[in-house]
Amino acid sequence: MASTSVPLSSSVRDYRANSLWRLTLRRIFRQRPAIIGMTLLGILVFCAIFAPVIAPYDPEAVLIGVEDVRKREPPCIHLLGCPKDRPQHLMGIDGNVRDVFSRIIFGARISLFIGITTVSFAILVGTILGAVSGYVGGWVDLVIMRILDVLLAFPSLLLAIAIVTVLGRGLQNALLAIAIVSIPVYARVVRASVLSVKENAYVLASRALGGSHFHVLLRRILPNAIPPLIVQGTLGIGTAILDAAALSFLGLGAQPPTPEWGTMLGTERNQVFTAPHLVFFPGLAIMITVLSFNLLGDGLRDAIDPRLKQG
Amino acid sequence: MIQYSIRRILASFPVLLGILIATFVLARLIPGDPCKAILGEKATQEVCAQFAERYGLNKPIYVQLGIYMGNVLRGDFGTSIRFSRPVTVILVERLPTTVELGLAAMTIALVVGIPAGIISAIKRNSVLDVVTMVGANIGVSMPVYWLGLMLAYFFALVLKDTPFWLPPSGRLSPGVTVVPFYQVWGWTVPEAGFWRGVLDFVARLYLFNSLITGNWKVFRDALTHLILPALALSTIPMSIIARMTRSSMLEVLRLDYIRTARAKGLTERLVILKHALRNALLPIVTVVGIQVGNLFAGAVLTETIFGLAGVGSILFEAITARDFPIIQAFTVVIAIGYVVINLLVDLSYVFIDPRIRLE
Repeated sequence: MASTSVPLSSSVRDYRANSLWRLTLRRIFRQRPAIIGMTLLGILVFCAIFAPVIAPYDPEAVLIGVEDVRKREPPCIHLLGCPKDRPQHLMGIDGNVRDVFSRIIFGARISLFIGITTVSFAILVGTILGAVSGYVGGWVDLVIMRILDVLLAFPSLLLAIAIVTVLGRGLQNALLAIAIVSIPVYARVVRASVLSVKENAYVLASRALGGSHFHVLLRRILPNAIPPLIVQGTLGIGTAILDAAALSFLGLGAQPPTPEWGTMLGTERNQVFTAPHLVFFPGLAIMITVLSFNLLGDGLRDAIDPRLKQG
Repeated sequence: MIQYSIRRILASFPVLLGILIATFVLARLIPGDPCKAILGEKATQEVCAQFAERYGLNKPIYVQLGIYMGNVLRGDFGTSIRFSRPVTVILVERLPTTVELGLAAMTIALVVGIPAGIISAIKRNSVLDVVTMVGANIGVSMPVYWLGLMLAYFFALVLKDTPFWLPPSGRLSPGVTVVPFYQVWGWTVPEAGFWRGVLDFVARLYLFNSLITGNWKVFRDALTHLILPALALSTIPMSIIARMTRSSMLEVLRLDYIRTARAKGLTERLVILKHALRNALLPIVTVVGIQVGNLFAGAVLTETIFGLAGVGSILFEAITARDFPIIQAFTVVIAIGYVVINLLVDLSYVFIDPRIRLE
């Protein structure tokens, strides 16, 4: 058609330049917390990808006979005055004579993996449930929402513990448990978005033009739910990592010798008075990771939802 | 008002019913034979058959559900498979520890969180605001158990031999005993039963018990033991409450009626505390209700760290030992507590914001 070759008028170009995503991106880069969050996250992703290069040792290698180190030796950093003839271990040695720093670096892989997979799964299932619930309405809505209410009535960590006990210990089951307990949040977000636009003229028009229910839901309604889902998802990754670490800490998640931060903390918790570095560093790593997602999530929310923009 | 309350109370019944069924089903889904878990792997079939008979585990599952529901309605949670004692008795022993811990943590969270949020909102973008919000962000990102361990290390080891030393575990120092208030006051109490349970429950809230009996030595001892776990448990709700208070206050402070209040010459204190805070309270109260649930979850971790024999730790042990009656009873109590508190939160909206009554 001829109209496609007509050059875009300046106002249309302006409109494109100000699309939701560009606007959001520009707003995000104006917020200090979000920038800090992204920087921290960038470092973590870098550590996760280049772990074998950054880590001086194999995270599961026992150093007995390899080096002259003792069990639970405190950190030895040459720059801070540790004798040069001693092998350098930035975060010390753990109870099984392994390099803690290497384990922390490799742990970034596991934690990021945990956060992203659980939240993706929860968003997928939550979106389906929330969309069906909001779009179909009636008793379907009632049944789905009541079941989710019951799920929400249990403190999430307790429910996750119970589910892991049913499924059996291990990282995979812990991930599934955390994903299940976080489904209701996403389902509610999607349902709310669906309800808010379901009766709008453009949706009805799409139906009138012969669009199937599936088409209308997927192309006309659900895109509205994407911004709140992104915000909720980013904040949810932080919570998922925190919960997964707690399960591992209790011995229900990742099992030793996996270099998972919660597991590392849990196995050495009784040594807190004799070897505090074994508790301090894994906890710090968890905190920084969760913090980066929280800062980014807050920034995204302020950027995506102009109503919350303050000043 | 009354109509709203009744409607709201009725609406929570299906959820409570769902909780009862869900806990029952979940407890049965836990793989493994409770007989073998309790009596050991070598238990013979005959012994296990007797065991199943005794605890009603040989009946069809729907019959078990029916019996269970009936018993729960009468307040009977059955007998613990592992301890061979009535679950209600164990509940009365364990629940006060967690309730005391939770209340202390919530008090800290409210007393610090709300003022911090208000000050942050008033002094927006000041150094104080930035520091508070950075602190709040770090607070929500911290693993409770890690903070607990670090606090224990700092206060029990680093500050050893200073007046700031705090004990790292337990509820009381060895040798310190609590005399129930009803004994101190010379009451004649029943040997067992509902009222005895209530009295024992109250007496096991050590801080309260020693306060009303005026036993300051025990009070001080219980308090010093409570500080660290309560502090650890309070960080997440405190941070969330501070953040919510700040954003809610900022929202309200922009409104016209605040400008009017200032224009008519009211003191800033009155404008903030009476005019602004009242309207900002609604989202804050909601968040507090939600945080109560998280307190219970946090209690599992905090009790493990600080060696407290509360609900959290026994629930965790019961799950590993497949002690169905305990798992069911404690989960039901926690979930019901959560639902009831959120019901109270919903009802409190009416007092905070009378407009809701009209809807």
